[in-house]
Amino acid sequence: MTRYELFTEEHEAFRASVKDFVQRELAPHAQEWEEKKDFPREIYERCGELGLFGLKYPEEYGGTGPDMIADAVVNEELTLCGAGGVAAGLGAHKDLGSYYIYRFGNQEQRKRWLVPGIQGKAISALAVTEPHAGSDVAALKTKAVKDADHYVITGTKMFITNGSKADHVVVAARTGGEGYKGVSLIVVEKDTPGFTANRIATVGWWTSHTAELVFDECRVPAENMLGEEGSGFISIMKNFQWERIVMALAAVRAAQKTLDDAIAYAQSRTAFGRPVAKFQTWRHRFADLETEIHAMRCLTYHALRKMAAGEDAMREVSMAKWMACDLDWRVADEALQVHGGYGYMMEFPVQRAWRDSRLGPIGGGTTEIMKEIIARTYGL
Amino acid sequence: MSQTEIRSSFFTEEHDALRASIRAFVEKELTPHAEEWEAAGNFPDDVFPKLGKNGFLGLSYPQEVGGQGGDYLSTLVLKEEMARCGSGGLAMAVAVQTDMATPPIHKFGTKEQVDEYLKPAIQGTKIACLGITEPDAGSDVANIQTTGVKDGSDWVINGRKIFITNGCRAHFCTLVVRTDQPSGYNGFSLFLVPTDTPGWQVTRRLDKLGMHSSDTAEIVMEDMRLPAGALLGEEGKGFQQIMWELQGERLVGVAGSIAGAQLTFERCLAYAHERTTFGKPIGKHQVIAHKLATMASEIEAARRLVYDAAWKFNNGAYPVKEISMAKLYGAQVACRVANEAMQIFGGASYMMEVPIQRGWRDSRLIRIGGGTDEVMREIIAKLKGL
Repeated sequence: MTRYELFTEEHEAFRASVKDFVQRELAPHAQEWEEKKDFPREIYERCGELGLFGLKYPEEYGGTGPDMIADAVVNEELTLCGAGGVAAGLGAHKDLGSYYIYRFGNQEQRKRWLVPGIQGKAISALAVTEPHAGSDVAALKTKAVKDADHYVITGTKMFITNGSKADHVVVAARTGGEGYKGVSLIVVEKDTPGFTANRIATVGWWTSHTAELVFDECRVPAENMLGEEGSGFISIMKNFQWERIVMALAAVRAAQKTLDDAIAYAQSRTAFGRPVAKFQTWRHRFADLETEIHAMRCLTYHALRKMAAGEDAMREVSMAKWMACDLDWRVADEALQVHGGYGYMMEFPVQRAWRDSRLGPIGGGTTEIMKEIIARTYGL
Repeated sequence: MSQTEIRSSFFTEEHDALRASIRAFVEKELTPHAEEWEAAGNFPDDVFPKLGKNGFLGLSYPQEVGGQGGDYLSTLVLKEEMARCGSGGLAMAVAVQTDMATPPIHKFGTKEQVDEYLKPAIQGTKIACLGITEPDAGSDVANIQTTGVKDGSDWVINGRKIFITNGCRAHFCTLVVRTDQPSGYNGFSLFLVPTDTPGWQVTRRLDKLGMHSSDTAEIVMEDMRLPAGALLGEEGKGFQQIMWELQGERLVGVAGSIAGAQLTFERCLAYAHERTTFGKPIGKHQVIAHKLATMASEIEAARRLVYDAAWKFNNGAYPVKEISMAKLYGAQVACRVANEAMQIFGGASYMMEVPIQRGWRDSRLIRIGGGTDEVMREIIAKLKGL
């Protein structure tokens, strides 16, 4: 039996349980974690206990899947915790670091890093971007030179989510010559000599760790390589699809929350004798945003459905990613506007939505890169 | 949890086969005449029976009234394929026949009314129009001034209707009339009016910006006498009945517009590959490539929004909010795409011999007809509790 609907009743029951976790164990601490610019490692373990990291994987690694739709539900619900960085930190572990190890690693590597990752006992990160190479992956410069049964890694990685928190990092490094064929993936554990992580301050996503990673003749056993030497570029491109679809899903969810919160504020705030929400200009702007959010929901679910059906969805994923992230940011900007002066005060959470959402059109491949990809699918 | 198999398409293989047969018909019977009919400002009446013979006018009506017994998605396929004929007016005229003037007969009509109007409309032997809008009342249906007064068992109708698609050639009209003098939503009723009824008069054939191949009428009704049997559905329930009709009208209207935008996009894409400036195809200039990527993205989003609403509608829901959102978003996308297409085609787009300008003119109506963008926003805002 095939179905067109994405979510079954079982998924919805699962959603309710994740929502409950988010409301009881994350949302009440969002403000405090934002101020501390961090959230506890125990949250990863708690997610592990609840099975939130194991939905993509079979039982033999401690997972309960594979069920990509259920996994997507986790991304949707985590977004509602009210701190973009928490969802980002958990997501970078779940959808980047851990997923790479499963997809491209061997049995041994999965046992070593994925199993504790699913339990939330070990935190992972993915390091592709460099100071001078982002979406242009083929231009990365970090080198991994073979020395007997080791690789010696030298170079710098940039903007790495979980970078200064991770126990192990999947690093894209050049093991071969110029171009995309020379790129490989190597797992580096945090205590490896020659590896340092320097946390960087970010505009938003305050609770997540974003770091610059420096590798100074960092010696890593050759067995830490994920997949074949030189296969890194293709692997990165493959996983981009998943990273982008979950970003789009999260953006839609975040935008809806930002809008609903803004409407609630506009209904409570009075100006010229009536609630701000009753002015036609705001009613219509809210209607437009509600409409665009639903359009993005439909588009994103379409892309997810294509992926789940095992079809090539690169075009649709790219469309959903840029449009949903762009919308999330525009919704946040309108939400800030309807708050008036209060929108500019740090005590109101709308400013956080405004800062947090701004990363969407940049991270995981910019809007401009998405349009390049879409244009290429049309032979342009 | 485990993953059961998911199909990515909204349509089944049957819908795909239907699409292929409509597309073949459109390409053979309609597209070759689009230019000529646009220039003439009309298309021949016999297009209706031709469509009827193929079963295309009754795709989602049950077999007992002469339809094909398909689901709602079948009529959506018709709208998408009709849009590809390249003449918005022709597609619109057919949509009025299949999805605007006749659904109320199927839903609310008596057996006699079905025999008299719906069956021939499905065969294409009777052309239908829908009479809602008046000089002073469009989406504000409650403000309709055309009155129906009881005289014995008859009704006497007086009033004016405007912007009536198919109005000049229609054999009958599904008409909205105020039958109860005190105003309010409960004072309206629907009637089925043969256009040869004394007192029915087409006073003007209106000249329009686009949709040239369709006829648009202004109608005056003067002491027009109708028998009791002309009443469609329940007396006093006309407002609710027409609000129901408008949902289907909006959904198929916007589905057609998006299909039209898709056609425009395909034309732009072909042009971007063949037209050269500064030594390379214009599609190789990054801003044009990104413009096309944006157009494609917006069309896909609008299409998915329409499909979401149609899926719900097809499964028995009455998704007013989703339909209003689909209409609002899709209409804006259709117009933006048409406008960007003008830009991509440059000077050529401004020449009447290039069909891009027609898409630009034709698409502009969807932001107005069936309820303006602003009316859609009012509905969405209300349903959002604002």
